[in-house]
Amino acid sequence: MPNAEYSPEHQNYLRRRRLHVLLVRGAQLFLVVGFFALWEVAASRGWINAFIFSQPTRIWAAALRLAREGELWRHLGWTVWETVLGFSIGTVAGILIAILLWWSTFISKVMDPYIVVLNSVPKVALGPIFVVWLGTTITAVVAMAISVSIIVTIMMMHTGFKEVDPNLIKLVRTFGGSKGQVLWKVVIPASVPTMIAALKVNVGLSLVGTIVGEFLASKAGLGYLIIYGGQVFNMSLVMASVLLLLAVSVILYYGVTLLEEKVSRGRA
Amino acid sequence: MARVELENVGLNYHTEAGEVVALRDVNLTVKDQEFVAIVGQSGCGKSTLLSLVSGLLKPSQGLVTIDGNQVQGTSKRIGYMLQQDYLFEWRTILDNALLGLEIAKERTPEAMDAVKEMLKTYGLGGFEHYYPSQLSGGMRQRVALIRTLAMKPDVLLLDEPFSALDYQNRLSVGEEVVKILRERKKTVIMVTHDIPEAVSMANRVVVMTPRPGTIRSIHPIKMCDEGLTPLQTREVPQFREYFGAIWKELNADA
Repeated sequence: MPNAEYSPEHQNYLRRRRLHVLLVRGAQLFLVVGFFALWEVAASRGWINAFIFSQPTRIWAAALRLAREGELWRHLGWTVWETVLGFSIGTVAGILIAILLWWSTFISKVMDPYIVVLNSVPKVALGPIFVVWLGTTITAVVAMAISVSIIVTIMMMHTGFKEVDPNLIKLVRTFGGSKGQVLWKVVIPASVPTMIAALKVNVGLSLVGTIVGEFLASKAGLGYLIIYGGQVFNMSLVMASVLLLLAVSVILYYGVTLLEEKVSRGRA
Repeated sequence: MARVELENVGLNYHTEAGEVVALRDVNLTVKDQEFVAIVGQSGCGKSTLLSLVSGLLKPSQGLVTIDGNQVQGTSKRIGYMLQQDYLFEWRTILDNALLGLEIAKERTPEAMDAVKEMLKTYGLGGFEHYYPSQLSGGMRQRVALIRTLAMKPDVLLLDEPFSALDYQNRLSVGEEVVKILRERKKTVIMVTHDIPEAVSMANRVVVMTPRPGTIRSIHPIKMCDEGLTPLQTREVPQFREYFGAIWKELNADA
């Protein structure tokens, strides 16, 4: 509705902005709908082999069958649970270790080369070791998820802690603040944006760790379904699991974004 | 009565590249309720001097005393204002003003009321629950001052407290701060490289030599003794004479 206070020029500007937003949304919708429609048509007309590529309607049917058998929620639940566990433990432990490194320059100097090396190791390669040590259990899967996210958390948080404006720390010291007070009053609150950034990275990484863990050592979860579906050549099952995985990652990421909005309210 | 005394104070910095003599043979007595400004070139150790008085640093030689007691670590009696307001962006104005009390574990209801009262007195009533980013530079500086005054210090150390403000604000905030400090009968040591600012506010201006920093001369300013405000002092004809004399001394070393 045009606002009487705005000049025609400004109303025109607003109209063009709205049209632009509408165009972007429309194009986004078109891409996803078009993609699935083309897939469906291509498979039913025989342009592509539906046995290998599957087909949206078959994927839907596979997902429905899983849901009816009650299997869908079980697998989904396992994956979400393992991811959340790995994510939480990896993040909390990573932050605690980063605090230790901030607290003691000596420890941080000693540990520095080891952390760099550990960071460059592809953590997925540790998977078989976890399976041997911990068995084909949820513990092995969670260990995988933690190992993928913890080193990045340590590095990001430690860097964030070190980049806190030294003048803010000096201010607390002029009031006679102890090192613990510097940590609680300045370093941690000032690092909240870094923490959120680390959470965002970790949600994705933990999911990677969980799926790889389930590939190797699980009787349940979306990762297990994908491997199982691949082995029995049920591509519809594989595709359905991949799409569900997509949904899980979007929801988890959205959760972190909600948290970010909550804590960043009032900040500059 | 001597509030702050420095006797033959020296300070050496140690780095891997070597030893740096930052201050040497500094002797200075600051009387109760006196406003002393210290001017000098960058790197002459004037901020270091404040760190010594505040107890953040220990002198390599000599003695720093407050009311005859040797300074050993930070104390509630000394308030320190840094070059910028350094308000915490994640705290409200009230919580920022209470920071010092909180660290000293003295955030009592009475102390909170006193701080709220001070915010009201200095034109920040109604802004208690705002965040720093919503305030102007001058208002932020006042919050920083209240944060320091909340600890009821006798001695205030100001380290170029107006340098982050634009010229207009610098004059008006300076005027306000001096008024507040005089009302509350505080002893002040201010470091600056702005000669007019030093002359307009201080009872005495201390000129320091380049590194190793030591006191070159001390200029008593009579306008401040007569009770003129900084802006009034800037109008007095002698203002230019003081400025000229101090400027010449600072330049002689350059």
